[in-house]
Amino acid sequence: MFASIRHLGQYGIDLITALGRAGSIWWQAIWRRPRLANAHLLFRQIYQLGVLSVVITILSGFSIGAVLALQGYNQLVKYGSESALGLGVALVLVMEIGPVVSGLLFAGRAGSAVTAEIGLMKATEQLSSMEMIGVDPLQRIVAPRLWAGFISMPILALMFSVVGIWGSSLIGVDWLGVYEGAFWSAMQDGVDFRSHVLKGIIKSIVFGVVVTWISVYQGYEAEPTSEGISRATTRTVVHSSVAVLVLDFFLTLLMFNF
Amino acid sequence: MQMRTIEIVVGAFMLAGLISLAVLAIRVSGFNVGAETNTYSVYAKFENVGGLVVRAKVSIAGVIVGQVAEISLDQQSFTALVRMEIESDVDQLSVDSTAAILTEGLLGGKFIGLTIGAEDTFLKDGAYITDTQSAIVLEDMIGKFLMKQF
Repeated sequence: MFASIRHLGQYGIDLITALGRAGSIWWQAIWRRPRLANAHLLFRQIYQLGVLSVVITILSGFSIGAVLALQGYNQLVKYGSESALGLGVALVLVMEIGPVVSGLLFAGRAGSAVTAEIGLMKATEQLSSMEMIGVDPLQRIVAPRLWAGFISMPILALMFSVVGIWGSSLIGVDWLGVYEGAFWSAMQDGVDFRSHVLKGIIKSIVFGVVVTWISVYQGYEAEPTSEGISRATTRTVVHSSVAVLVLDFFLTLLMFNF
Repeated sequence: MQMRTIEIVVGAFMLAGLISLAVLAIRVSGFNVGAETNTYSVYAKFENVGGLVVRAKVSIAGVIVGQVAEISLDQQSFTALVRMEIESDVDQLSVDSTAAILTEGLLGGKFIGLTIGAEDTFLKDGAYITDTQSAIVLEDMIGKFLMKQF
């Protein structure tokens, strides 16, 4: 009885400690902005996190746009309002699916890589040797990754939305025969830059920050064994996916005036 | 990989992001820069605004000339007070114009339709449209229809 209460208390304290450590790592790293002299570290990370995720993002974006067009058309054509297809697909992609699915892909593709990399650096004692020769690992390793995620994620989400809309127009207009003028004009009429596109971008920035934060923290705190790194990588993907979905709910609640 | 190659690829990536933003802004949301046109406010009181919402369009003869800016309750008369923002180049609305809350199609949203009167004096900023026609509430209509039957 007492043991289980003690375990619960221990678990709670551990959780709060972990949050605190994660917060302090993030806070310390985010102020170590990459200077011009080591901008190449940032570029390399944008390449690793962003550019290498482009192909998977574009492929998924196209497929999801095409599927939305197929399914949406099937439902809308029953009411003779298939011209609203463009509007529906664009709104759904820009506000929700674009940021969320690219966030999930980013967690799986880039977040796990960051955790594994930092975890391995820790296991092979590269981090402590860095500290020993007076190089700050937060500055050299963590900060560029955080900033790269912050920059890459909105770009990936934007690409995802654009490719998705293109895919839906390809299926809807060219294949299923929705009237092209109505497809685009209904979209332009219904999608507002400030209240839809911009809020989608804000979402994706938040997801970028959270996913890279979780992956950096998990790598930094990983047990320095091969098993520990594998566990940390799994945790990164699970935690960031859940964080993206839960945060999406709250961001939607906050931003879209409910 | 060579640093130079990475810089080029990252640059292309950033450029692709900017292009995506431009496509979303121009092609998808029809965002035109400087869309903040000058407007002036006209008020109207309605018995019932039904499902009218802020940012619903205001039209004359089917042409959009403005939007609903604010809907509030007038505490004196307990009617709905609607503030409309009309584009300032549409400045020749006679003072006896009427405002009616209409529905777009059968299931569409509500909007305000203005019908122009015959007076020579025009509505100014802050003026009231006195002749209004409320939204048609389907339940009320059905109720009246049933009352006639019995």
